[in-house]
Amino acid sequence: MIPTHFYLALSAILFSIGALGVLVRRNALVVFMSIELMLNAANLTMVAFARQYGLQSGQIFVFFVMAVAAAEVAVGLALIVTIYRSRQTIDIDDMNRLKG
Amino acid sequence: MTFELVLFFILAAIAVATAVGMVLSKNSVYAALYLVTNFISVAIFYLLLDAPFISLAQVTVYAGAIMVLFLFVIMLLGAEKIAPELNWRDMAIPLVLAAALMVEAGLLFVQRFSQPFTASADGAAFADPMSMSVTLFVDYLLPIQVTGVLLLVAMVGAIVLSKPEKKGQA
Amino acid sequence: MFLSETVLNPIFSLAPWIVYFPVIGLLLNIIFGGWFMKHTWGETAVGAVASLASFSAFVVAALLAVALNGQHGEAALATVAPWIHIGTLHLDWAFRVDSLSTTMMLVVSGVGTLIHIYAIGYMHEDVRFKHDIARYRRFFVFLNLFIAAMMILVSGNSYMMLFVGWEGVGLASFLLIGFWYDMDTLGRPSWANSNAAKKAFITNRVGDFGFLLAAMMMFWKFGSTDFDLVFAKVAEVSHHEPWVILWITIFLLVGVAGKSAQIPLYIWLPDAMAGPTPVSALIHAATMVTAGVYLVTRSAPIYMLSHDAQYIVATVGAVTGLFAATIAVGQYDLKKVLAYSTISQLGFMVAAVGMGAFVAGMFHLMTHAFFKALLFLSAGSVILGMERGHHHAAHHHGGHGDHHEVFDPGDMRNMGGLRKTMPVTFWLYIIGTLALAGIPPFAGFWSKDEILLDASLHFPHVYWILTAAAFLTAFYMGRQIWMVFFGAPRHEAAAHAQESPLIITLPLMALAALSVVGGFFNIPAEGFHQLGHWLMHTIGEMEIPPFSLTVAGVSTALALVAIFFSWLLYGRTPLKTGQPDPLKKPLGLLFVGMENKWFIDEAYKFAFIDRYYDLADFLAQKVDWDFWHEWFHNSVIAKGFVGLARFLADPIDLGLIDRVSHLLSDLVSASAGGLRKLQTGFVRSYALSVLLGVVAILGYLLLK
Repeated sequence: MIPTHFYLALSAILFSIGALGVLVRRNALVVFMSIELMLNAANLTMVAFARQYGLQSGQIFVFFVMAVAAAEVAVGLALIVTIYRSRQTIDIDDMNRLKG
Repeated sequence: MTFELVLFFILAAIAVATAVGMVLSKNSVYAALYLVTNFISVAIFYLLLDAPFISLAQVTVYAGAIMVLFLFVIMLLGAEKIAPELNWRDMAIPLVLAAALMVEAGLLFVQRFSQPFTASADGAAFADPMSMSVTLFVDYLLPIQVTGVLLLVAMVGAIVLSKPEKKGQA
Repeated sequence: MFLSETVLNPIFSLAPWIVYFPVIGLLLNIIFGGWFMKHTWGETAVGAVASLASFSAFVVAALLAVALNGQHGEAALATVAPWIHIGTLHLDWAFRVDSLSTTMMLVVSGVGTLIHIYAIGYMHEDVRFKHDIARYRRFFVFLNLFIAAMMILVSGNSYMMLFVGWEGVGLASFLLIGFWYDMDTLGRPSWANSNAAKKAFITNRVGDFGFLLAAMMMFWKFGSTDFDLVFAKVAEVSHHEPWVILWITIFLLVGVAGKSAQIPLYIWLPDAMAGPTPVSALIHAATMVTAGVYLVTRSAPIYMLSHDAQYIVATVGAVTGLFAATIAVGQYDLKKVLAYSTISQLGFMVAAVGMGAFVAGMFHLMTHAFFKALLFLSAGSVILGMERGHHHAAHHHGGHGDHHEVFDPGDMRNMGGLRKTMPVTFWLYIIGTLALAGIPPFAGFWSKDEILLDASLHFPHVYWILTAAAFLTAFYMGRQIWMVFFGAPRHEAAAHAQESPLIITLPLMALAALSVVGGFFNIPAEGFHQLGHWLMHTIGEMEIPPFSLTVAGVSTALALVAIFFSWLLYGRTPLKTGQPDPLKKPLGLLFVGMENKWFIDEAYKFAFIDRYYDLADFLAQKVDWDFWHEWFHNSVIAKGFVGLARFLADPIDLGLIDRVSHLLSDLVSASAGGLRKLQTGFVRSYALSVLLGVVAILGYLLLK
């Protein structure tokens, strides 16, 4: 059996990479994908803990996270499409109309 | 070095490599494909973690549905690339922060959860698809329904948002 | 909820109702009286409510007396509510029913009821004469307030509760003396009545202070002011610290002197006659002023232990009795004579209880309540008759002699010959006079004789003084009768005086009956002496001296001689209009003293009031104005304040506080300018800050 903290360390690495992606990329689609990566890293920790403590609820929550992620992606991509239609770009640095 | 451990490290290497590749790839189609690979490796981790149901859900929902949607949008918009995106000077601070986050999270996990693993003896039994479905549709019936409504709303929202504006409308 | 459980006979739980009934009466009149007065039957209703309240209290008192007799006079307590529970002091609001308190209750509510009824008729005319009908209701409210307070006084189970009633009757007395606070007896604007009220209240305050000192001393030495607890320890304390007993009795005597008008605090009572006549009768003759006698009787166990105290009290009472009697001889005002007579009779009672003759004192208290109330109310009837006569005469003769001519309806020099115009009042007055003068078999004879008898056995000097006073009593009462009712009218008003209506004379008849037979409550003969035996349930067994024919004979003979003398001077040759008093020539300076009350008021004015004014003037002019205003306020405070204000304004406010707040506002606007740059609109920079925060929090968790 692989110790739980191996998985935890791996998920920490994946999460950090996802965060880095959010920070450094300007392509809205890739930023979105990075967020999905971070969600996945979080899911991984939950499943790892679910195994460690022998609890189903960890996995149930992962299931719900997936469902919410699916909804989020659907709406988020629709937003990106709409923004692209109006501004002809998906560079998030151009989406600064709300700056103070 | 058991087989599992070898498998873990190979998969971990793939997962990290594909994640880094996704972040760094200039073409968003490649990024999407790296991400799919990453998701599949994570799905195998789920199998290793005695979560066959989640593993399959990962493959179908994430690698299947979501990533197809991504690819579809990328293709639709024709926005695979945007002009010079990455430059190392801007990346310095995020890199330092991400590294710090990684070190901190890793240290925390190792510090708090490195005690010997004590899994229940019957392994997969606690989370086989059968008992998962029973739990989901008995104990979590209301959340399942709510989730269904959420997905419906998301679907309607996506349709409304992406509907082309008619001429004459604001 | 108004009944208590800790009593033997359920009747005793009614005890609080002797207070509740008058309170209910006064509340009814306060709430509905205004509405009553809008109707023609209003006055009757107001008077009936008040009288019924008083009568109900009388019925309750009678029930209590019967129940008490049923258990052989054993005292009962009716506890209503806890009152003062501080440390070791536990005082309850408890009503004490024993033979002494029920006797007082019966006298107060019985005489009180008759006077309430009388007042229905008297005030009807009084408020019209003074043109302020609205005060009719107020009068009965005050009267019921007095009954309630007096009931608390006589039924309280501790000195503190007694004190509550003591102050309550003082308040009622103040309110009623100053009832016509803004006009004199003729309805002219004047502050004399309110000054009289203040005089009574302030003089009583001196006495109350003595009472309070006594009560505090009891608490200090006995640990309580509850009667039973105090009396239980009194013997022990007396053995170890006799001075404590002496001082308590002397302080109590100061209270008694205030309330019962003894030397040196009697001066308020003659002025108290400024109140309407029913008030003079009820409060300042029959009941309230006897509170001091009741207090000494109640404190019998304390007084019995100190011969010095008894000697002092008896002497004060006797001297007051004689002193006031001499003044009464020289007065011309009908009610003033009766007022000094009251002081004199109170002196008799105080002397009696001082000597330890508690039964005789209480007996005289009771009979005096009957005949002095009768005399006062008859005097009120005479005054009303004079007023009616004056009114009649003024209208009869048309133009001259209107209401506002200077005419005093209470001045005996204006009267004369009223025997014919007011026959009922005349006979009632005769009965009262004979009772007061001590002619057998009227009530006053028996009680006065008992006092004199006790005095002759124990305190000879008191006996001689009181006998002289008794002689003078008969003399001035005879003088009054001859002057008022015989001879020819000396004023038009007297000639046209009219008899009072039945509502006024009926209560008088009841009182007259009591004045005739009142003495039989306590006939000094074997098998009788009921009042004595009754009271001994409370004050303990004491010897009853055998009836002495010598004492009785001497006092009766002296009274008859005095009446004869008065006939010689005033009856044989009636006074003419404007003629000086026939006593003036033979007595000379002595009579000037009597006429002017021995200049005691003037002496007090010089000794206390003027000195007080001097002190007040000094405090006002020198201390308050010159020192505080001129120097302290203007120089010290004003200048100091200006200096302080300047200091606070310039260096502190402008220099420090303003500078700090300006600094703060500059800081805020500067930091706002800096922070504004953070709001870039770039999603990635926001995410960067979020990540920064996450890293920081994780770092904290890691290092914790």
